Amino acid sequence: MSHYLYYPGCSMDGSGKAYGQSLDVVCDRLGIDLEEIDDWNCCGAFEYFAISQPRAYALVGRNLALAQQQRDGSDTLVAPCSACFLNLAKTDYTLRSDPALAGTVNAALDAGGLHYDPGSVQVRHLLEVIVREIGIDAVEGAVTQPLHGLRVAPYLGCLVTRPDYDRHWSLREHPHEFDQLLSALGADVVDFPLRTDCCGGHMTQISPDTGLELIRRLVDAADRLQADLLVTVCPMCQMNVDLYQAEMNHRFGTSYHMPILFFTQLMGLAFGAEPKQVGIGSEIVSARYALNRRHVRPFEAVAEDEPATPRRSRRSQALPMPRMPEPDEHPEVRS
Amino acid sequence: MIAPDTVRAPSPSTSFLREVIAAASTATRLQLCIQCGTCGGSCPSAADMDHTPRQLFAMVRAGMRDEVLRSNTPWMCLTCNLCVVRCPQEIRIPDVMAVLKSLADREGTTPGSAAPDFSRTFVSNIHRYGRSYEIGLVARHYLRHYPLRLPGMAPAGISMLAKGRMGFGIHRIRQIRELNAILDRASQLEARQ
Repeated sequence: MSHYLYYPGCSMDGSGKAYGQSLDVVCDRLGIDLEEIDDWNCCGAFEYFAISQPRAYALVGRNLALAQQQRDGSDTLVAPCSACFLNLAKTDYTLRSDPALAGTVNAALDAGGLHYDPGSVQVRHLLEVIVREIGIDAVEGAVTQPLHGLRVAPYLGCLVTRPDYDRHWSLREHPHEFDQLLSALGADVVDFPLRTDCCGGHMTQISPDTGLELIRRLVDAADRLQADLLVTVCPMCQMNVDLYQAEMNHRFGTSYHMPILFFTQLMGLAFGAEPKQVGIGSEIVSARYALNRRHVRPFEAVAEDEPATPRRSRRSQALPMPRMPEPDEHPEVRS
Repeated sequence: MIAPDTVRAPSPSTSFLREVIAAASTATRLQLCIQCGTCGGSCPSAADMDHTPRQLFAMVRAGMRDEVLRSNTPWMCLTCNLCVVRCPQEIRIPDVMAVLKSLADREGTTPGSAAPDFSRTFVSNIHRYGRSYEIGLVARHYLRHYPLRLPGMAPAGISMLAKGRMGFGIHRIRQIRELNAILDRASQLEARQ
């Protein structure tokens, strides 16, 4: 049993509920024990840092201080949400390298009876823990129903491997670990060039022109590579691509149908869990058609789930993406 | 004999640069910018910015305080960190942008814009509950800034509710009073600096 401290983040029982449900299944099968930080607070997303630096660092510092208090056997703090992970990792790194700021933050934490020693907690993204500590071999060993034939586009998003303060990843723009993990599930992994591109973050709320265009690029690239679905490690990426896909289609006159699932949902399916157990069905752009078509799991009511026009409309006014080579053009690269 | 014409550049005031550096953590490294432009060339939202990050940093050095604090550039930053990993000087550009946002917010140079208002609402929810309150945040924000997007977003929003991905329930942390004490103390320390 691997024991870790756990910072779920606000979206895990809200918009990213399926992530939390499927994570339970994955932890159960892989023997991971996650101990939630007691009475944790919101990490402030990108919003608190836009209002005040010292207060934002103190806000995140409270979570690190609580984690330090709760250390027991493990000093690794796991965050499944990429934005929470970045804020926790950034705060720890910045306090380690700026003693004056660390002094200010600790003086503030003192008002709540807390203290944080920079570096006393190791902040890790969930993906990193699964890939590096649990190991891809252990994941492969737990697969009972491989996802053969399912074409997935691995979409990491920006914040897991960037800036990567302590250099844990092979590459920061095109890391290969996520692809390997999905291959271990038996899935057919497309070489997705936008794997660490930005989903737009909060731009769908504050500048829809910017946000919807970034979503279009991701969905368009996955569609051109004939992926059945996108796979993500971040609740914000999932929500942007899923919830705003209809508005994006409306804006650009397109008719994409590109589901996006959490990697833990696919892991759960490959480990033999029922789709409902891993939260499949809670996505707005239904993944059922894709999973049915590839015979990953039999679902009922296939016909009504089938999108009317699964492929891209030719009326699109948007600029095309640079064309990627078809898989069989360069068979030596990867199919 | 005529004295040769001399062109003397007015020496820019470095007080704004020093103000920005003082407000940022020392890990931010803004003073090391060599004006190469890799940041703007990498930025996915550069097309929607008033000034590219490189231009904005040149303006900070030139002491163009008002223009910088009125620019939409910091608010368009996605914090995707692509510029950070490509910057030859390893400047933490999104953190510089965050500092500029907080200065602009304090000066009130961004009236009526949706971006600072979103940040302020988000932050006030944290002070009230200690957690983010998605439905309250989104409902208020759309009614105020994007009423015309509401009809288009309604079906997806209703699905979110129906699928249990958004609820009206509010979770307030137990130690909300302690959290506010910490944030208040941080405010006092910030004001003293």
